[in-house]
Amino acid sequence: MSSVSIRQIRKSFAGLTVLDSVDMEIAPGEFVVILGSSGCGKSTLLNVIAGLDDCDSGQILINDVDVSGLEPSQRGLAMVFQSYALFPAMTVRRNLSFGMEIAGTPKAKIAEKVAWAAKLLQIEALLERKPSQLSGGQRQRVAIGRALVRSSSICLFDEPLSNLDAKLRAETRVELKELHETLKSTMIYVTHDQIEAMTMADRVAVMHKGRVEQFAEPQKVYEKPASLFVAGFIGSPAMNFLKGYLEGTRRFKTHDVSLDASSYGFATGPAAEEAILGIRCEDVNVVERGAPDSIPATLAFTELLGADALGWFDCLGQRFSVKLTIDAARTMQKDVGFRFNMSKASFFSAATERRL
Amino acid sequence: MSHAIQAERPVFGPRIARFGLYAFLIASAAFFLLPLLLIISNSLKPLEEIRQGNLLALPVRPTFDAWITAWKSACTELECGGVRPGLWNSIKIAIPSVAISTLVGALNGYALAQWKSRRANLIMLLITIGLFIPYQAMLYPTVKILSSMGLFRTYAGIVLVHVIYGLPYTTLLFRNFYVGVPDEISRAARMEGASFLRTFWSVILPISTNILVVVAILQFTGIWNDYLLGLIFAGNDNLPMTVQLTNIVNNARGSVSPNVNMAAAVITAVPTLVVYFLSGRYFVRGIAAGAVKG
Repeated sequence: MSSVSIRQIRKSFAGLTVLDSVDMEIAPGEFVVILGSSGCGKSTLLNVIAGLDDCDSGQILINDVDVSGLEPSQRGLAMVFQSYALFPAMTVRRNLSFGMEIAGTPKAKIAEKVAWAAKLLQIEALLERKPSQLSGGQRQRVAIGRALVRSSSICLFDEPLSNLDAKLRAETRVELKELHETLKSTMIYVTHDQIEAMTMADRVAVMHKGRVEQFAEPQKVYEKPASLFVAGFIGSPAMNFLKGYLEGTRRFKTHDVSLDASSYGFATGPAAEEAILGIRCEDVNVVERGAPDSIPATLAFTELLGADALGWFDCLGQRFSVKLTIDAARTMQKDVGFRFNMSKASFFSAATERRL
Repeated sequence: MSHAIQAERPVFGPRIARFGLYAFLIASAAFFLLPLLLIISNSLKPLEEIRQGNLLALPVRPTFDAWITAWKSACTELECGGVRPGLWNSIKIAIPSVAISTLVGALNGYALAQWKSRRANLIMLLITIGLFIPYQAMLYPTVKILSSMGLFRTYAGIVLVHVIYGLPYTTLLFRNFYVGVPDEISRAARMEGASFLRTFWSVILPISTNILVVVAILQFTGIWNDYLLGLIFAGNDNLPMTVQLTNIVNNARGSVSPNVNMAAAVITAVPTLVVYFLSGRYFVRGIAAGAVKG
């Protein structure tokens, strides 16, 4: 088990800032997911940690030792690539043993390690095959095996599941999580898939335009997003947003409506400013039109999703998504009222887009 | 009516198209093979038949005499040993030249494909320019350089010249092949602790069989058929087959024997044909792979 410290990493390509002062402290044995849309710098960050890409400034520390100047193989890391990157001309066995051969590991030890990884990943029957004779899922396993045999205390994953079909992806996700429980190594996992992030991570780092917007437990990222970007990026359907004005008296004014925000846990003291209210689809209660403290809303259409349903409403000139039970969706009136669960809502400063 | 058309189309349409296709292919093959046929048929004629002047006539009394003369006793202005000594010289020159220029070209091409920067593109541009400068323009400086190194008209000198003149070409071909190989494979090898050369040797070279064969064939053909460089740089002891052939054909002494000349020309061309036939499968595969992967 090893800790990883990422300190003030900056990198730019031809005037474009790819990584902008990235800081992260990863504890030994932690499973960290770096989540972001394409082009946010997440894969670049992983390559910088691995030592495959150089950064302009900043440090990478592994177990409090600065490894910034070291070659990838000297950092004690293993990596699983998006395209698996198996060596095409070698058998699965040689793919697994290649790194150890270079390191001069004794033959008996290599055989033992390969057998161990093959058993763990159930690829024993494939050892004498070439990568071209394997299916996508099998190649994936071999790629993970190649990372495991090196007994690295840190394992990096670059979108390892994105080339698998949906069913296999769900299975492999669970297996990877179990693997982490067994091996207890530190894992850093890059993905654009928020379900992978939510289900696998001890902590999620949400990246946007080369910055880490929030680095916290998945549930916290969902419930208390640190910025407007995180709020809009995490969760499906996306969070509902309302622009308005937050008065010092803990009331939120939007259009002609004034909402009581006193149950919301503000991080800062009361200040009067332009703000954005974010509320998730499950935190909107549908009540009768004209009920006390309610806002009028009109049903546009409903979507039945099997276990539950989504209602799409027009409210204060915005389209709102609301989670409903199937029964409620079937009997929904056209004209209703909304009551927001303000203790679970999020407020963001309109100026800084940070959470208030 | 419409039924009739539908029934006819699959039966006659493709058949006519196929007939046209084969007719065209046979005509083109005949067009290209006719000179070969002429040269072989005339090389099999005794001298009297040739003197009758009918170039297109098939041999009446075919004989291999001209071939035997061409092989071991046809005369240049200096000696009468046929093209035989040239064969060994050509092999001696071609094998190391092909092997070195292909392998070094592969290494160069891989390095250039890996190195992504503006400077790498500049070097590629210079190499491409190197391809377009005719040998004739570079002859004099090359002679000067080799003389100062003491390699002019030596065996090592001719091999060196072939390797250096071949490198722009082989580098470009390999570079274009390796640009299509996913970067992650090299990165994975680097993660495993493999050095650049180790990655090239253990990971990259084993997946390059097709392009290696293609480049080696192209280099072999070019070097085997070379006349100019062999004439100038090889020296009298290492004259390749092409130079020997020209010396036999141009020999002003004695009578002119077109049948011997033609036999000598076919013998000189045989090795490249053999190489093509033996490796044709790889050749087509390599060209196709290069076309798809860019």
